[in-house]
Parts: sequence; C-alpha cells; structure tokens
Amino acid sequence: MSGKTLYDKIWDAHLVTDTDGTSLLYIDRHLVHEVTSPQAFEGLRMAGRKVRAPGQTIAVPDHNVPTWEDRDKGIDNEESRIQLEALDKNAKDFGIHYYPVSDVRQGIVHIIGPEQGWTLPGMTVVCGDSHTATHGAFGALAHGIGTSEVEHVLATQTLIQQKSKNMKVEITGQLSPGVTAKDIVLSIIARTGTAGGTGYVIEYCGEAIRALSMEGRMTICNMAIEGGARAGLIAPDETTYDYVKGRPHAPKGAQWEAAMSWWKTLYSDDDAHWDKVVTLKGEDIAPTVTWGTSPEDALPITASVPAPDDFSGGKVDAVKRALEYMGLKAGTPLSAIEIDTVFIGSCTNGRIEDLRAAAAILKGHKIKDGLRAMVVPGSGLVRAQAEEEGLADIFKQAGFEWRKAGCSMCLAMNPDQLAPGERCAATSNRNFEGRQGRGGRTHLMSPAMAAAAAITGRLTDVRELTQPTPEPA
Amino acid sequence: MEKFTTLHGIAAPLPLINVDTDMIIPKQFLKTIKREGLGKNLFDEMRFDDNGDEIPTFVLNKPAYRDAEILISGDNFGCGSSREHAPWAIKDFGIRCVIAPSFADIFFNNCFKNGILPIPLPQEQVDILMKDAEKGANARITVDLEAQEITTSDGQTIPFEVDAFRKHCLINGLDDIALTLEKNAAIEGFEAQAAQARPWV
Ligand code: SF4
Repeated sequence: MSGKTLYDKIWDAHLVTDTDGTSLLYIDRHLVHEVTSPQAFEGLRMAGRKVRAPGQTIAVPDHNVPTWEDRDKGIDNEESRIQLEALDKNAKDFGIHYYPVSDVRQGIVHIIGPEQGWTLPGMTVVCGDSHTATHGAFGALAHGIGTSEVEHVLATQTLIQQKSKNMKVEITGQLSPGVTAKDIVLSIIARTGTAGGTGYVIEYCGEAIRALSMEGRMTICNMAIEGGARAGLIAPDETTYDYVKGRPHAPKGAQWEAAMSWWKTLYSDDDAHWDKVVTLKGEDIAPTVTWGTSPEDALPITASVPAPDDFSGGKVDAVKRALEYMGLKAGTPLSAIEIDTVFIGSCTNGRIEDLRAAAAILKGHKIKDGLRAMVVPGSGLVRAQAEEEGLADIFKQAGFEWRKAGCSMCLAMNPDQLAPGERCAATSNRNFEGRQGRGGRTHLMSPAMAAAAAITGRLTDVRELTQPTPEPA
Repeated sequence: MEKFTTLHGIAAPLPLINVDTDMIIPKQFLKTIKREGLGKNLFDEMRFDDNGDEIPTFVLNKPAYRDAEILISGDNFGCGSSREHAPWAIKDFGIRCVIAPSFADIFFNNCFKNGILPIPLPQEQVDILMKDAEKGANARITVDLEAQEITTSDGQTIPFEVDAFRKHCLINGLDDIALTLEKNAAIEGFEAQAAQARPWV
C-alpha cells in the first residue's frame, strides 16, 4: 500500500461518515462574509435551525465596505448597507465571532483568518468564497463553497464532499531577483491552464516554495482556484509555526505542544501516489503579467501580446475576444502597454509583506502624472503596521491614495471601480471581463511590478528599476 | 428543492470557453439578500448595452432562444467566484440544464443544490448538441435524468454520467441539510472524539 498525501491525511482526520461514495467531512472553521451568507441565514431561520458550532464560525464584512477614511459614518449605497446590516444582525442573533467595520481587526476574510490565528495546520476551513484556498498555505484543507453549502455548514458543521484527486506542483531551485510568489503562481496557471486543476487538490512543494514566507505561500494558495483546483496546500514547517505562534486564537501551553506533535506529521509520505505532477524550475520564472481576460493569459514581462493564431481549439476565439476587450494588438511588447490606474491590495497581495515590497520600489519616486493609484491594506492591522513602519508615508508621498481595509477594487462591489476602457495594473487575482468595473481592463501582477508600473505609467519590468546602475569606468 | 426528472426544451448555444461567474451574473447584482429575481440580469453585460438595451446578437436575446431551458457551452463553464447567484440567475431565467465539456468545481456543486443538472460530456458530443442547438427553437432536446440519456431533435441519443447520490437528490427534490441531520449521532460521535484528539480546535 502506498503512503498518504497531506490531503489524504487531513481528509481522513475529518471524515464523519463515508457511504455510497459520498463523504461527510467535519468542518473546523467556517468563515462568513456579507455577500454569500444572507440567504443561508434566512434558510436557517425559515427551518427553525441554529448554528451548530458558533464558536467555530467567524464573520466579517469585506466585499461591500467602502475604503475611505470616514466610512464609519455610514454607507450611501442602500443595497450594500442592507447586506452589512444583515450580517450584523445574523452575527448577533446566532452568536458567532464578529469583526464589524469599526473594529481595527476587520479586513478581508482570508487575511484576518490567519492573522487572528483562526486558521491552523491540519484544519478544514470553508467560506462562501472561492479564495478560501488561501488558508491552504498553513497546511489546512480550505476551499470555497456556495451559499447552500454555507447553510449546510452552519446547520451541521459538516459538508457533503467527494474526494478530489492529488496533484503535486513542484517549484525547484531558487527564484531570481525581482521574482515573487505572484510570479510563481501566474506562471503555474499559464502552464496548466485555468481548468488544469479541475478535480484536484494541489500540493505546492519544492525548494522555491519552502523558501517563501507565509505571506508568499498565501499568495500561491490563494490562486489555486484560478488554476481550477478545489484547494491548494503547502505542508507546515518552521515558517508556519513561527507565524502561528502567539496569535490570538492559536493554541497555547500544553495545547500548543499537543498541536505541534500532530502538525509535524502533516506532510506527504515519500511513497504517496500522485495523480498528476507538474514541475517548474524556479530559475525559469520571470516577473509575469497577464495580457488577457483569463488568469492563464500570463507571460513574462519581456514578452509581447500573442496572436489568436498562436493558440488552438476554443482558445483561438477566446483570444480574439480577449484582445478586443483589452484593446490590445498582437505583437505589442507588454512593457509598452500604458496604464491609467494602479491597485495594490486584495486577499492575494494585501498583506504587510506585499506593502513592503511595493514601498521598497516606490521609495523616493512619484507616480506618473495623471495616474490614479491606491493601496488598500488587507486588514486594519496590516494598515496599522504599515503606518508604524512608515510605509504609508512612502505611498502617500509617491501619490498613492491610502485606504481602509476591504476587497475594494478587486471586484469593485464598493465604489472603487474602473471606468469603461480604463486600464489597471492590479495585484488581485482575476482579470475577467468587467471584474473591476464594466469595460475595465485588468493586468495582474505582483506588488513590486504594480509599483514599478505606477512610476513609469506602463507595464514595467521591475528589474529595470532595481538593477544597480553600472559604476562609471 | 424543485425536482428534476425529464426536461424537454429549447437548447441555446453559447460556444465560449471559460464562461466565468462574473459573466453569468456581474457583481453589481450580488447585493441582494434574496435568491430570487436574478434571471433578468443573467449574462447582464453580454445581454445589455450601456443604456440597458438588449444586444440583439446575444443568443438569449434572439427570438428563438428566449425560452431556452438548456444551455450548451464550452470548456470550464462556471469558473471564477463561488457565488451561488450564478446558478440562481440561470434557474430564475428558466434554464434547468447546462451541458459543457467541463465545469468548474464549485459551480458544478452549486447547480445540484438548486435543481439544475450540469452535464459534462466529451467535446465531440458537445459539438453534436451545439449543432443541434444552432437549429433554433424547433430543435428541442430531451434530457432524461432517470435514464441518464440526452436525445437530440433528430432522435440521436447520448448517454451521460451522474453521481448516484446527486441524482437521487435531484429526482426527489431532497434538501440535503435534512439528510445530513439524520446523521446527527455520527456527527456528535465525531465531535466527541475530535475533542480528545485535537482539543485546540
Ligand atoms: S479580495 Fe477579491 S478575491 Fe479576495 S475575497 Fe475579496 S473580492 Fe474575493
């Protein structure tokens, strides 16, 4: 018999029943936000049901919230306000943990879960949001669910599941200067396609992944869903334990020791079976940007916009449509594409390390004249820390707007939106048509690359700005 | 949940790959706290122009397909966000069955919770159905869930696979929360054991 993967181990530890090929999986943490939960709570009320494990359920508003300074005074948009009020009421009525807009710990659900120590290795974590995959960075089985499933978890603390297949994505060697976690994950998706992970749970491993901080690992797992996978996982190690230790809801004392002894067993056995394996060399990965309307439309910044004929099958028409939507001509160097807006934030790249990386590029520079640029920290605590470290001043001096925490222009449900035709360098995760506002054009990239684009006003190879100028002879 | 047994209806062809949930129902319609009423905004940005007028070339705006109950589309249908508003909008419009070479995972799950049958089929068979759908309103397709069989307008049959538990729930219109609550003893047993094994959770 072959050994087990990390996914197998977590799965087995949470299996309640297993009949007729359908499994009931126990859920350790359920994260809730305002957009995908009202109908679920309404369903509970109508059926006279309670939340089974309120202590394991955490709610925070993030998608709809405005990000300007005095947002505490209220929200103009009536529908958004109703959703926020509904979450407020549901959190109180059902007695679940809650971080309202006024709380400094409020932020994007996938940022505050780890920040508060709710997300721990070996857990099952779900949320009515596809980027729940983020929490997989801790070696937790974490994935998005629909609203009916939100209701199911609220009522039963379980989920009806079918087991996925195991896929290993290995990044060997080391990254070159200027290359970050975002470039890794965009390169993976460019290779495997947005449907390449469908039916799988991916475990990311290899030297280049091991070398990443927790922030970088979260960026990778965050976009597992963009590769079609149900979840992404990274086995816990010292980096993970160091991050978790001392967080408000992390175990303490003897419980910490007990947890550690289990966590240390959470890795894929050498003889585990993999249904699919993909390997990339860290050295081959360059700073990467997207040119189209699917996250798989990603290329090194040194490349040019491709032509529809470079592809085959259904992708030919898709690329035609994408180029038209994006207003791009085949053959244009990516680094010649001029932008109007820069958005730094989201659950992909709204953590402190992301802000540090962007600020390091921006320091002493101004954004290009006429450009609109904003930083939206992923949580109130990230914002506070960035202010303390002086990053906020760097952003402000460069000409960026410094915002309060939320999803903001990642999906433009709040007032932060692109106008039709407006072109944005974004650190978020989706470049779909209309994602950042109807007719808006999104190029995905790392925080450092977004900062570089802000300075030059066009998509820019960050290495041009960081390479030391040669000494005069 | 509404039962799904046999569907005999018009199929609309949407030959695009990677139809994402932002296309199916753009985010400005996610602000509702209800499940109903989203059908009028299904595929909103493809269906209506900036003035809110219908774009006549979009398939669901063509007279032949306004009453479509089946949608035939390309690879990776439903990718992107987990928003259940996507199947809610599809259902509210009147579509009960989506056929494509592959589906995104969460969307696929969400369909079954809402009485919609998503059917993944090999590309060649999707191509046959796509051609059939292109014939317009006279080309009615039959989807028989009990028999797991699709019949084209000219009588050709195509078998399909579906998970037994999901089929059972769809045919009988079962609410799976009630089914799970029947297993309450097992859940309690698990919780007791987990409290010992992983008390920090
Ligand atoms: S930041 Fe964007 S991707 Fe992340 S949860 Fe918010 S809307 Fe979703």
